[in-house]
Amino acid sequence: MTKPQKVLVIGSGPIIIGQAAEFDYAGTQACKALREEGVTTVLVNSNPATIMTDEEIADIVYIEPLTVDVLTRIIERERPDGLLPTLGGQTGLNMAVALADAGVLDRYGVRLLGTPLETIRQAEDRDLFKQLLLSIGEPVPPSQSVYSLEEAWRVLDSIGLPVVIRPAFTLGGTGGGIARTRKEFEQVVTRGLLASPIHQVLIERAVLGWKEIEYEVMRDAADTCITICNMENIDPMGVHTGDSIVVAPSQTLSDRQYQMLRSAALRIIRALKIEGGCNIQFALDPYSDQYYVIEVNPRVSRSSALASKATGYPIARVAAKIAIGKRLDEIPNAVTGKTTAAFEPALDYVVVKIPRWPFDKFPRGDRTIGTQMKATGEVMAIDRSFEAALQKAVRSLELGGRSLLWEDPSWRDLETLWPLIETPNDQRLWAIFAALRREAPVEEISRRSGIDPWFIHRFARIVAMERRLLTEKLTPDLLRQAKRLGFSDKQIGTLADLLPEQVRTLRQAWGIRPVYKVVDTCAAEFEAVTPYFYSTYQQENEAEPLAGPKALVIGSGPIRIGQGIEFDYCSVHAVWALQRAGLRAIIVNSNPETVSTDFDTSDRLYFEPLDEESVRDVLENEGLRETPVIVQFGGQTAINLAEPLQRAGALLLGADAQAIDIAEDRQRFEDFLNRLGIPQPPGGAVTNVQEALTVAQRIGYPVLVRPSYVLGGRAMEIVYNATELIRYVTAATAVSNQHPILVDKYLEGKEVEVDAICDGTDVLIPGIMEHIERAGVHSGDSMAVYPGISLSPSEVETIVDYTIRIGRALGLRGLLNIQYVIYQGEVYVLEVNPRASRTVPFLSKVTGVPMVAVATNVMLGRSLAEQGYRSGLWPRQNLVAVKAPVFSMAKLVGVDTYLGPEMKSTGEVMGVDSSFYQALTKALLAAQLMLPPTGALLLSIADRDKPEALPLIQRLHHLGYRFYATEGTAAMLQAVGLPVQMITKRLHQGHPNVIDVIREGLVQGVVNTITGGRSEMADGFQIRRAATERGIPCFTSLDTLRAVIESLAHGGQHYSVRRLSEYRQQPLVEVRP
Amino acid sequence: MQDQRAILVLEDGSAFLGYAFGAPVDAEAEVVFNTSMTGYQEIATDPSYRGQMVVLTYPLIGNYGVNRQDEESRRPWIAALIVCECSPVYSHWAAVESLDEYLRRHGIPGIWGVDTRALTRRLRQRGTMRGVLTRIADDPDLRALTRRAATVRALSEQDLVGETSLPTTYRIPPPNGRSLGRVVVMDCGLKHNILRSLSRRNLEIIVVPHTATAEEILRHDPDGIVISNGPGDPAVLHGPIATVRALLTSGRPLFGICLGHQLIGLAAGGTTSRLGFGHHGANHPVKDLRTGAVHITSQNHEFQVDRASLPPSSGLFVSQINLNDGSVEGLAHRELPVFSVQYHPEGAPGPQDNQYLFDYFVDLCRSTRREKR
Repeated sequence: MTKPQKVLVIGSGPIIIGQAAEFDYAGTQACKALREEGVTTVLVNSNPATIMTDEEIADIVYIEPLTVDVLTRIIERERPDGLLPTLGGQTGLNMAVALADAGVLDRYGVRLLGTPLETIRQAEDRDLFKQLLLSIGEPVPPSQSVYSLEEAWRVLDSIGLPVVIRPAFTLGGTGGGIARTRKEFEQVVTRGLLASPIHQVLIERAVLGWKEIEYEVMRDAADTCITICNMENIDPMGVHTGDSIVVAPSQTLSDRQYQMLRSAALRIIRALKIEGGCNIQFALDPYSDQYYVIEVNPRVSRSSALASKATGYPIARVAAKIAIGKRLDEIPNAVTGKTTAAFEPALDYVVVKIPRWPFDKFPRGDRTIGTQMKATGEVMAIDRSFEAALQKAVRSLELGGRSLLWEDPSWRDLETLWPLIETPNDQRLWAIFAALRREAPVEEISRRSGIDPWFIHRFARIVAMERRLLTEKLTPDLLRQAKRLGFSDKQIGTLADLLPEQVRTLRQAWGIRPVYKVVDTCAAEFEAVTPYFYSTYQQENEAEPLAGPKALVIGSGPIRIGQGIEFDYCSVHAVWALQRAGLRAIIVNSNPETVSTDFDTSDRLYFEPLDEESVRDVLENEGLRETPVIVQFGGQTAINLAEPLQRAGALLLGADAQAIDIAEDRQRFEDFLNRLGIPQPPGGAVTNVQEALTVAQRIGYPVLVRPSYVLGGRAMEIVYNATELIRYVTAATAVSNQHPILVDKYLEGKEVEVDAICDGTDVLIPGIMEHIERAGVHSGDSMAVYPGISLSPSEVETIVDYTIRIGRALGLRGLLNIQYVIYQGEVYVLEVNPRASRTVPFLSKVTGVPMVAVATNVMLGRSLAEQGYRSGLWPRQNLVAVKAPVFSMAKLVGVDTYLGPEMKSTGEVMGVDSSFYQALTKALLAAQLMLPPTGALLLSIADRDKPEALPLIQRLHHLGYRFYATEGTAAMLQAVGLPVQMITKRLHQGHPNVIDVIREGLVQGVVNTITGGRSEMADGFQIRRAATERGIPCFTSLDTLRAVIESLAHGGQHYSVRRLSEYRQQPLVEVRP
Repeated sequence: MQDQRAILVLEDGSAFLGYAFGAPVDAEAEVVFNTSMTGYQEIATDPSYRGQMVVLTYPLIGNYGVNRQDEESRRPWIAALIVCECSPVYSHWAAVESLDEYLRRHGIPGIWGVDTRALTRRLRQRGTMRGVLTRIADDPDLRALTRRAATVRALSEQDLVGETSLPTTYRIPPPNGRSLGRVVVMDCGLKHNILRSLSRRNLEIIVVPHTATAEEILRHDPDGIVISNGPGDPAVLHGPIATVRALLTSGRPLFGICLGHQLIGLAAGGTTSRLGFGHHGANHPVKDLRTGAVHITSQNHEFQVDRASLPPSSGLFVSQINLNDGSVEGLAHRELPVFSVQYHPEGAPGPQDNQYLFDYFVDLCRSTRREKR
């Protein structure tokens, strides 16, 4: 095969459940690997918050919607001779198939690299897949594909319940599920047929309770095949692997079984002729050697990212090199520097992965887990014992300090626990521990949960240690044993009646400190050159402190709503900036999906939980006084560590705990702004219902209420009356009475956001962003436009002035994010965040100001002036960029989708063009919020919004849309003479009702606004869920709808497709060393 | 298992503390490490480990217990087992007892709670060392233990093959009665999966002791001969070397595995030497120099055939090499039906990727026999 010269790499688009940061890791590794081989890379992604879309990573970057039209135009312009579709998740694979089907690849002579088209189809089309496996003698569960419910009923007769229903060509099991009853069967099949783009589902016998084992396999063009590792899902078959607690390598398989499945995996990758990486999932009978092949992903996947981090083997990098014709034994092993990529990693530790579910944000959502993935992210921990790896992983989840000791107050006896143990859910692990504490037999827990007894026995060892810590006197021996089982100082303190700090002091006195060992792919058989470490309580420390000037960057932990990939982007850029400044950069993080946890990103990687204990241990290992810490880039995770680390004697670079406290302590913040004469919405901090009512009465309803010290607007609400306020405050104080609740006047104005860099004297504002949705919608869920196109010059001037004064007065060195609201011509400060915000990657990319690098240099003592910047607003670029949020609501059953002050989106996309409407259209397209040019809409508008909605509806009418509307809304339309079909929202009063209209595909979009009260919201809940499940846009803010209308009316569809650098038309400031 | 403390002391004076399991006896032997993540039972019962304590680098051992189907010989041969953690409970449908019980029953001691990575790094840096494993009550006399370690007899001074090889000749009929050929396997301390792999191919197998002469072997009129794996230093095995030398020119297909491979190298006039810390694991990449193909192999050996030592007149050439260190992994003959591999095509533990070599051997037996007729 001749080596391609120019390769198109398709990214995975926005972060959604089932497709998270792992594809930034994969795409970034691939681009770097291809560059090493002298291949020019053309990278396309709609997600700006990625390292792969940095112009230092790919040679040519397009931030454009991932559609066939756009990709065709890019191929036309760039004329790549190869397309690498296997690194952009399911999105990348689906786009490649669509381009091939449209004849685009043939027309322009683009060769598909890595995985043949036929293989993609074979792995995705369940029938072809089954035929292929049977032809090579690999067992598959009895199954059949169907295209309709009637067909499904016929098939069920021969297969029998329970069954798994898998829609073809969907991601993360979207729309699929397990059916144990005929009723469930009907529901899931119907949903699955809708979810599949080709309306095909597979009905498959469910082997519930069998072990689920995965293999990561690689193959090169010379047919050399290797496995990178295998993984055992602790949760047996029936739970999506992305929602399973996973351990690597497998723990309960004998070598015979390990090799049996390994050999099968090699046969499968050979039959599929994949050149690159592949993930294969097996079900293994716990009572025999019988197995079934369950699934094959003919591409780099979430599991590959986990396997890469678990073993140190860079799967995506090697896959990219194989795709352009390299053989495994021609690729050097970056870990040892001596051997080649043709070997299989040997682990001398155990790895535990736990998914991070969003139910802390959506407590009312359906918390059960099954074949449809619900986790937004995951954490990984490494140790030399299973117990310690598990407990470190739990600490890494950052569930408000919740260790395995946590129990829900409603858990009493075993009878209350069994349902949680029998039906998988996000709290099952804790419920099992609670059951063990209540003397439930290991075998019974195993039988009821389907989890192998070996794991339950290990859990029981943790519980046994809890008892010892509760009852015995703490001795050096006992403490060491507890640390070896992964108990945190805090847990030990709780059990032994000590403060965490006292446990730490005891540890130091007794010489019980963690040592750090290397992840080296070879179990110490060869000397490793990679600086990838994990902690353990054993004899030998391999991490001698790094010599010379250095700094430690605290990462951002698992991807969750409110703290996404943006902060990994910032952490990675901080590392690079440190290195350019001549420092050695150390990173601590717990997230296996990210670029920051690639072993070649930093000078040293500690894969550790991001809590006080672990970070202090790392700092003490490196030298507390020799290792300054950067907390600005890791989101709230890192910011929360500022105060304890400073107290422990760490040197913080940039923001100190003082500035953070001013920004987050309501009273201090108010005094601070008063001194500067800068207005903020009136309000106050309260700690009980009485105070809350007093404040609200003084400032008047509606009020915005939220707890202090949070990120992602968690539990933030707009409250319209005293009843609602009492409910909110009562609930919030029940959770935590440590931090007060903030009650502010809700100003329904235009929201504006700035990111700035301060050096103590000067304040540089790279750009101003204006939100499309008015204040009240969380900034992370709002569409935002750069530059602030509708702001008056005097408003811009005021914002710049306030920002500079706040930056100076805070005495901050580094990044600053301020949110303003413009209400009746006056600018108010809503929020000041003395840290990197989620808009930093977006703004860096559109303005060309390398914000993280500049901020890092400032922290290191180089002023803005020295770096060639000065105070004020950076010249506006000759482009418009629109950021739009992306939600994963289809995966989260029972979660309401309306936009409010609480953040709900999982990712974002960017549309950029030389004019607003084109940029807007691209953002809407990429976020799948765009309406088709014609069609019908369902309208259900709250009374409060009707006057404002009417002109919008009239414009939609002129654009040619037809309407269905609920009772009140229909009456309004009829009154002004607009044609409308009234449709009832009373679901129990005959058909068709609003849900039927949506489910039957009669409408292409829904407009549903709410007034805020809980009861009114329940009304529209069914409508919004139905729209989500049908996959059509649902607008809950008239501002978003207005944006769509503007885009439609102004010919936004005539957008351009250009390189990011062409839009900016300005040379980038050099960012890589 | 928590109570009894134990210590491993190496001849360089380094000491590793832990807790005792298995049999309550001391061990004095060489210490080697194995990087396989599964297969402790197969490792324990591999006769090639006779005279060696084995450190398992994977930290969680014993999880799936011990079963009846994965024995690689009639008993475990390792001198002792050194692990980070030996699971007190096991979970597997085929398991019949715990690893602890199994080792105790066979009189083999173990130590757990050891920082096996630190120990492995030590062995990698300093090479394979001798050591003493003993149970302790109070502070151990490290100096005395170090001295004891330094007096452990070298592998080459022990008759390890004699201890592991059975002194009798026995026949294994083909599994379904119809034999596709007859092979003689010379037992130098063989692993049962070699026999299973041959038997699965419907061969009649005659196993002879390592003391069998070429004449005795050829008297069975075999279609092919397998020289098995086994423990220790091949260079001291003068009898078997002479036997193999005679077999080389017999015209019968000859297949050497591990020690058998070394014996073929020596018989052909080559030399062998010790590797720094051996190859013990299930992940060694081997490249076939004739085809360029790379295979993952299972390995367990201390000695290697020296690459440049084979006289050209022997007709043998290096057919395969280890991708990690370039050492010899396979030999083949230019004219004669003779070939050998340093690794274990039978796996157990380890990959089954090289089972094709048994197919190749069977084909070779068949074609040679056809020519003969």
